[in-house]
Amino acid sequence: MSSTKYTEYDAYAAEEAAASGEKQGRVFDVGGQDWDQVVSGAEDLGDERLVVNMGPQHPSTHGVLRLVLTLDGETVDDCRVGIGYLHTGIEKNMEYRTWTQGTTFCTRMDYLAPIFNETAYCLGVEKLLDVTDQVPERAQIIRVMMMELNRISSHLVAIATFGLELGATTVMLNGFIEREYTLDLFEEITGLRMNMAYVRPGGVAQDLPSGALSKIRDYLDRMPKRILALRKLLDENPVYLARTRDIAYLDLTGCMSLGITGPMLRATGLPWDLRKSQPYCGYETYDFEVATQDTCDVYGRYLVRMQEMEESLKIVEQCVERLQRVKGPVMIEDKKIGWPAQLAIGADGMGNSPRHIAHIMGTSMEALIHHFKLVTEGFRVPAGQAYSHIESPRGELGAHVVSDGGTRPYRVHFREPSFVNLQATPAMAEGGMVADVIAAVASIDPVMGGVDR
Amino acid sequence: MSSQNPEQRAEQGADQLPAQAEEERREQPVARTGMFGAKTTGDTSGYGRLVVRQSPKVTAPRPYGGPGGAAEPGEFDEIADELERALPDFGDAIERVVVHRGELTFFVRRERLLDVARTMRDEPSLRFELCSGVSGVHYPKDEGAELHSVVHLLSITHNRRVRLEVTCPDADPHVPSLVPVYPTNDWHERETYDFFGIVYDGHPALTRIEMPDDWVGHPQRKDYPLGGIPVEYRGAEIPPPDERRSYV
Repeated sequence: MSSTKYTEYDAYAAEEAAASGEKQGRVFDVGGQDWDQVVSGAEDLGDERLVVNMGPQHPSTHGVLRLVLTLDGETVDDCRVGIGYLHTGIEKNMEYRTWTQGTTFCTRMDYLAPIFNETAYCLGVEKLLDVTDQVPERAQIIRVMMMELNRISSHLVAIATFGLELGATTVMLNGFIEREYTLDLFEEITGLRMNMAYVRPGGVAQDLPSGALSKIRDYLDRMPKRILALRKLLDENPVYLARTRDIAYLDLTGCMSLGITGPMLRATGLPWDLRKSQPYCGYETYDFEVATQDTCDVYGRYLVRMQEMEESLKIVEQCVERLQRVKGPVMIEDKKIGWPAQLAIGADGMGNSPRHIAHIMGTSMEALIHHFKLVTEGFRVPAGQAYSHIESPRGELGAHVVSDGGTRPYRVHFREPSFVNLQATPAMAEGGMVADVIAAVASIDPVMGGVDR
Repeated sequence: MSSQNPEQRAEQGADQLPAQAEEERREQPVARTGMFGAKTTGDTSGYGRLVVRQSPKVTAPRPYGGPGGAAEPGEFDEIADELERALPDFGDAIERVVVHRGELTFFVRRERLLDVARTMRDEPSLRFELCSGVSGVHYPKDEGAELHSVVHLLSITHNRRVRLEVTCPDADPHVPSLVPVYPTNDWHERETYDFFGIVYDGHPALTRIEMPDDWVGHPQRKDYPLGGIPVEYRGAEIPPPDERRSYV
């Protein structure tokens, strides 16, 4: 047996063994599908067109996205999008777990906006249970606050990677460091930086830990200056403007027919934001503006995202103010639905609070039964279907939740805005320069985990 | 009879789930058996012989109401009225109307799906200009309508939503494509074809989108196992999870 000590580990041993004729695993290459036909078809034409396979592992395609570009010189004649490289069967897996466990799966779809995935799913489950009105107010405020913090962190990544893909590492570093502060808040509140499974059907997993509010207040003091610094770096930057203004044009008609929502739609001048038009989680009671631009280009989408971050900060501020006033439970009172565990963060991470353990093991038989039934079997959801929709950083995130009356989802389908918006790539890229394809894809801000699910 | 104790009240609430007449329920096809769904020896619940039947197919009576409730005529009635006015043979195109949890669903006969969708989009009083995509659902026990294709429409003009549901039998899994009306459905229909095997007639290029092109089967169908596919790794093959060693 070979040594596992790295100083003795021979990284080339496997290749040498293969070269000497030993059995080797299947070799994977970038061919397959109808790639050969595309290439030979272009050869037959005998002109100067060039078919380029960009991705799926290209650093500027925003994830494992494959673009098949037919180029005439520097101009993109034809663009085809290939997805599916990150398909993990999340929707299928959810059918084999209880309704509560579903949040753990769906949070991993769009990994930059996990709170949104969870909330969309939980709102769907609550709608089916018909308990939307019974979710405690404090839970709704926490949900809104977490979503808005998540919107900021997601937009920061959008702008940071966008800078990186255009070749500006300063933007990337600035964006990611600010995102770190947001993730620190998530870690403080949920115990995890990503994929938190924090929002649960009926409320949220646990209340804010003590001291969280003051950390959020520090964050609120810090962020406006940082967003301003990003704006100073980019808003009037001539290089940035040359790469983004009038690039990847997509107007309202295009957005409507292609089903585009989110910042891309708002950059065409239509103030369509589900938080305002079809409010959920009590968004109608918050004071904020819907960011719009009318340029339909990459620069407009950037400005919309910047303004949305500033508006999100306003909402978080209002949430902090409310959380000081509104006390109470963060999980639905209905003991048949509400997750029984009172989670607490201990020295070894998040777990059941000692008080809850003492309660179920020592004093209440009924609580023990509820705990056992809910944790092993889960609650039942009346048969039917519901469609819940929220405004994620990328647009309308919908969850089509179907139940057959059992303890597990019969079917959950997510209408992922990344998936839908990515369809617009050919419409924005064809006829433009090959360098602008990168700007077009980056302005969509697709997250491949969400696209492929 | 309502108790002040929240725990008791919850228990009473659970007993008041939508009631169905016993004989009506008994006519329905079996949706699942057992409690946890374990098919082999895994079920220690003692509920192994439990038979759960599918909910009966209901048709909502007028008034449909709106998202807030069905006590008095609301926006759902307006949508239905307008569609009835714009579509002379409404009764032929729409099999049934369901209002549930503040959502309106039209079950559309598949031959008429394009007509209905076009009317929904073009009629100024309806104007559902945005389609929120397609979702497939597989009901293996729903004989003659095993596969459902569910379309969610959104009207930004009137700020309303509606759901269109089309069914097709497993033996003839064809549904007309909505791409001519809503181009956004291009990828959605490819996805639903990929996962359920519903063939969308008239789609410009109906190919797999998530699974590899040479994949066999449609993974989201209920008869397709979770896992069950051997994994090839560095020349060795790892059996699927359900075929690995067990201590049973």
